[in-house]
Amino acid sequence: MSNIAKAFEGGKAFIPFITCGDPDLETTGKIVREMAANGADLIELGIPFSDPTAEGPVIQGANIRALSGGVTTDKIFDFVRELRKDVSVPLVFMTYSNVVFSYGAERFISTCQQIGIDGIILPDLPFEEKDEFLPICRQYGVDLISLIAPTSADRVAMIAKDADGFIYIVSSLGVTGERSQITTDISKLVSVIRENTDIPCAVGFGISNPEQAKNMSQFADGVIVGSAIVRKIAQHGKDSAKPVGEFVKQMKDAIR
Amino acid sequence: MTNPKGRFGIHGGQYIPETLMNAVIELEQAYEHYKNDPDFVRELNDLLANYAGRPSLLYYADKLTKTLGGAKIYLKREDLNHTGSHKINNVLGQALLAKKMGKTRLIAETGAGQHGVATATAAALLGMECVVFMGEEDTKRQALNVYRMRLLGSKVVPVTSGTATLKDAVSEAMREWTSRIDDTHYCLGSVMGPHPFPTIVRDFQSVISKEAREQILEYEGRLPDAVIACVGGGSNAIGSFYNFIGDKDVRLIGCEAAGRGIDTFETAATVNTGRLGIFHGMKSYFCQDEFGQIAPVYSISAGLDYPGVGPEHAHLHDIGRAEYVPVTDDEAVDAFEFLSRTEGIIPAIESAHAVAYAMKLAPTMDKDKIIIVTISGRGDKDCAAIARYRGEDINE
Repeated sequence: MSNIAKAFEGGKAFIPFITCGDPDLETTGKIVREMAANGADLIELGIPFSDPTAEGPVIQGANIRALSGGVTTDKIFDFVRELRKDVSVPLVFMTYSNVVFSYGAERFISTCQQIGIDGIILPDLPFEEKDEFLPICRQYGVDLISLIAPTSADRVAMIAKDADGFIYIVSSLGVTGERSQITTDISKLVSVIRENTDIPCAVGFGISNPEQAKNMSQFADGVIVGSAIVRKIAQHGKDSAKPVGEFVKQMKDAIR
Repeated sequence: MTNPKGRFGIHGGQYIPETLMNAVIELEQAYEHYKNDPDFVRELNDLLANYAGRPSLLYYADKLTKTLGGAKIYLKREDLNHTGSHKINNVLGQALLAKKMGKTRLIAETGAGQHGVATATAAALLGMECVVFMGEEDTKRQALNVYRMRLLGSKVVPVTSGTATLKDAVSEAMREWTSRIDDTHYCLGSVMGPHPFPTIVRDFQSVISKEAREQILEYEGRLPDAVIACVGGGSNAIGSFYNFIGDKDVRLIGCEAAGRGIDTFETAATVNTGRLGIFHGMKSYFCQDEFGQIAPVYSISAGLDYPGVGPEHAHLHDIGRAEYVPVTDDEAVDAFEFLSRTEGIIPAIESAHAVAYAMKLAPTMDKDKIIIVTISGRGDKDCAAIARYRGEDINE
């Protein structure tokens, strides 16, 4: 069983996202430990990209703060190596194809395996292009996470059949960011996914409060929250660990 | 092993969010259908002839030729098209296609504003809603074009993210498209982005070389020795090259914006300074740092101020079929002024990059040689910025 599967063993999984190096890696380390202690089952670590085309303004801001703070892929690898000495929660990287490609796909993915990264999410890598990285990911046992969108329609089965780790269900059209309402019929999407694979599915994009999390967790195995957490980090800066930890606890309690 | 769809050698592909995949598949199917549909072809040709003013002239620049004292120079006058640039060729095709697909709204990115103006024009003509994304920096450099778009009934959204230039306008248009797909077509302005855009835009722009080839054969009874065009994303260049690619003796020369020079960081010369990457839906060459962060490029020309290049150009470079040369701000501004004085033609600052290289190349060639230079657009929009470059403040 992959490490990612373990995240979904104890009931509904809560999956927070943060951008590494926002505002600095020391703070990121504190936030990760606090989130893990407060019930995060799997943590998405964003490697910042200069031009994050799938992100709304909140996470774009985090990318800019992190890059202007001088974070690089190498520094994030060192950071995770250090983190793994005492943090056992499953970790996945979320970044853009060019960050992996430019580093050298095999060099990037083999390093992920060495330092204990369990999966990679690339929002600009659809099913048609996944052979760019998938064979190497499978070779090194790093799960390449597939995304399914409200517009996927007849593509859902094809994507689900060949997915690794967990399936990331994009709840809504558009970019990342909090939304007051999620109108996509998630239960219908999940039922098609279920017909084609046994791996867990988690819903993300637009979920910002315990009520939405609870609602979404009825249909899926996990709930992903990014912008609502990143907004707190933007607000609290170096003192983010505690407020983010409290928020994670609230969210996790809501979906238990 | 990578997806063979929409590839030019190793370049191209469809590196976009899953949310957009069915939209580009639908677009590809519609295009494959309509490009051979006699009614569609007739309608488009009618618009090109009677609305855009095609064919554009291939003008023998006698005075320029004699002043430079070398090869004969012909100018392919895309600046004479309706809206003042080659952008209208692609936009009329895409807008008509979008309309056939039942879309009621166009979105577009723009750098210099030429593509935005062309899209706003087509939207007005075909009765469609239009929103144009433009880097905030460019809305200042090209204030006149912002006004033109608004006058045509479009909304202009200034983009403040990143470097607030063309690449950020593309990113923002892509973000907008993922949030509203049903009624909206993303009218991409260059031979870039995910498949099928590089192919669709190239096909619609290839009218430039189709005409130029016929015209030069008529005037000179032979093919040119070189075709020169400026390259940002590369739409007027691929349009100028396309029907000459099979003619191995015709040199194809793309002029990249070197900004303050390719040995500085203030440059946008992608083929000369970039390396292979994946961005904005395609694999191609990009200006980037060692960790794949896209570089904040610079050029005096808002239309060439882009850190990537279309995948077909990347391939033509790889196989050695086309040459990509850097032209600096200084050289382009000199050419802008030189062509204005010599021929009474004010070229867009983008096109002035091509003129600048022709000014270097022509004197090295014999008088019986022939060069075609594509004047991709007119330079009225640039006058205030060039005056500023020369230290003179004028009110637009």
